[in-house]
Amino acid sequence: MIAALLRRDLAQFFPFTGSGAALPLVFFLAVAMLYPFAVGPDANVLTKTGGGVVWIAALLAAILPVEKLVRADIERGMFDQLRLRGMAEEMMMAVRLLAHWLSFGPPLILAAFPAAALLGLDGPTLHLILIGLLAGTPGLAAIGLIIAALTASLRAGAALSGLLLIPLALPLLIFGAGALARQDVASLGFAGAISLGLVAIAPFAAGAAIRAAREV
Amino acid sequence: MQGSSPPSLIASDLASRRGDRVLFRGLSVELGQGDALHVTGANGSGKTTLMRTLAGLMTPFEGGVETAGAIGLLDDRPALDPDLPLGKALAFWERVDGCADPNATVQKLGLSTLLDVPIQYLSTGQKKRAALASLLNRNVPIWLLDEPLSGLDKGAIGLVNALIGEHSASGGIAVIASHQELAIEGMRSLAIEDYAR
Repeated sequence: MIAALLRRDLAQFFPFTGSGAALPLVFFLAVAMLYPFAVGPDANVLTKTGGGVVWIAALLAAILPVEKLVRADIERGMFDQLRLRGMAEEMMMAVRLLAHWLSFGPPLILAAFPAAALLGLDGPTLHLILIGLLAGTPGLAAIGLIIAALTASLRAGAALSGLLLIPLALPLLIFGAGALARQDVASLGFAGAISLGLVAIAPFAAGAAIRAAREV
Repeated sequence: MQGSSPPSLIASDLASRRGDRVLFRGLSVELGQGDALHVTGANGSGKTTLMRTLAGLMTPFEGGVETAGAIGLLDDRPALDPDLPLGKALAFWERVDGCADPNATVQKLGLSTLLDVPIQYLSTGQKKRAALASLLNRNVPIWLLDEPLSGLDKGAIGLVNALIGEHSASGGIAVIASHQELAIEGMRSLAIEDYAR
């Protein structure tokens, strides 16, 4: 049952198959492409700040599909039918978390290569970005899922999503993107730890949220 | 019906509320093998809340529900992905449920010509029949049907009546919330307004 659900979730959210799901990736590359035009072609500035821009773009790419990540399936009755088949909400959300990460994490890590070329980043910086994204994107996926589930039953959900995002994403950015400024691999360990913590919490927080959404 | 022990559904002294408003109170019902129950009531009287409470999806304000046997719920949300063609959308639940013979159900409900049509292009009645197909594929002893007749044409209404009759004749339990007439032999009926406070 879990394998069938993962297949279905991936089909719904994976780039190039689901409807408009390639958006995060296109968005990510568009930011990397437009940034040099916005700040000017000064190679020094680009090398110094480009890594941070990649992180911001990754963060936004993780948050983009939040609107449909959970809400659509509540409206379709998908979670209800799975519950009636004995699947726990936590499991549904764990599967959804994996599908969400697979849908943007690995594509973004690959897209970091062309993005680094567009921003003129050097080898060591790219190295830090790649490790950082590998450590950080699961956490970003978890943040996206938690926010999606918490705001799914709210009318003003979109506005609240932005507010919720700031405190949740801050630690990841401090340690993940901060590693670039210090050229320091060690703080990526912290980013990884925060990421794992978020991944561990997400299925429970999101599961409780969709259970609560039924009572409204 | 399959399964060794007979199915049962017992609700005792149920009360539910929506916001601050109590919808019903002191509702008790006991259903066993082959029982069918028609729940009637006006719009907003709490039929859907009752069905979802019986299904275990909502927690009652008071009282409790005990069930033996798997529950299938049919409501206005068919849980089929709108961008997928009907055949593929049904195939997901067939995989989940390990359904042996999905073709028979599709034939029975007259869906065979619609298998390539995306769910979002199906009419209300066709969607309802698709949802019925995934319910039948599950082969569960307890059916909770919330407005199963809405949007259906005359032929399909007859078919649903026949299916419910078949289901209870083979020992299954059916609870049908509907404001429309049903023709099922030996069916009991419960007016939810009797329990409104």
